[in-house]
Amino acid sequence: MMPLMYYVGLSAIMFVLGIIGVLVRRNALVVFMSLELMFNAANLLFVAFSAYFQIITGQIFVFFVMTVAAAEVAVGLALMVEIFRTKHSIDLDQMSEMKG
Amino acid sequence: MTPVLMIFGLLGVVVIVTALGMLLSRNAIYSALFLVLNFATVAVLYIILGAPFISLVQITVYAGSIMVMFLFVIMLLGAERLPGSDRLRRQRWIASILGLVFVAQLILFISLRGQLTAPIGTLPAALGSPQSVGTALFTKYALPFEVTGAILVVATVGAILLTRGAAVTRPPTRKEEEK
Repeated sequence: MMPLMYYVGLSAIMFVLGIIGVLVRRNALVVFMSLELMFNAANLLFVAFSAYFQIITGQIFVFFVMTVAAAEVAVGLALMVEIFRTKHSIDLDQMSEMKG
Repeated sequence: MTPVLMIFGLLGVVVIVTALGMLLSRNAIYSALFLVLNFATVAVLYIILGAPFISLVQITVYAGSIMVMFLFVIMLLGAERLPGSDRLRRQRWIASILGLVFVAQLILFISLRGQLTAPIGTLPAALGSPQSVGTALFTKYALPFEVTGAILVVATVGAILLTRGAAVTRPPTRKEEEK
């Protein structure tokens, strides 16, 4: 089987790409997708360590992460639709009305 | 170069390339489709890691329902193309540098703790089977499981409330009609 380190490395690369997406992109939907990418990197790490230590807790945790992510996406996309209705844009730079 | 290593390398390349494609494509629909491919590839990695149940959940929940919801909202809003702007150029550099710092930290951590280089042993077939996952979910983790159900219900109600738009116009009751 593969060394654990390869999975850690792949997960780290995915996580970094997600961070860069959150920081750089201005389309709010793409920022959301980058968040999903980061969740996915963490899930991959959970499953890899679950296989490494041969206990199932990691996979259970991944299951919970997935369900909570689904709930988060539902609320987040509803917010996006509502923001688009009022501002006719989902550009993150334009969501600055709470700036002091 | 074992066959398993070659398969892992191929899958890893697909994962990284699709993640980059999601980041770099100008059209949000292409981003979503790249992300679907990314999730499917990670599902294959889960199968290699001996977690078939989680792998299928990944396909159905992530690559299926969540990404369909994303595509639906993108097409509903017509938000697939946003004009590019140069206002964030400085932030882009800072983000890249911080990402590199994070990678350097990880490499340092991995190289200092040689424990992680140990290979993953051969997996018992029952480890990630639906039966064992279900048993753990409904016995040891029954309370978190129920809490997750409550979270999903709250999220559904919240999404409906948020997208309801204008206040619901209630049909007039009989008393008001008489006036």
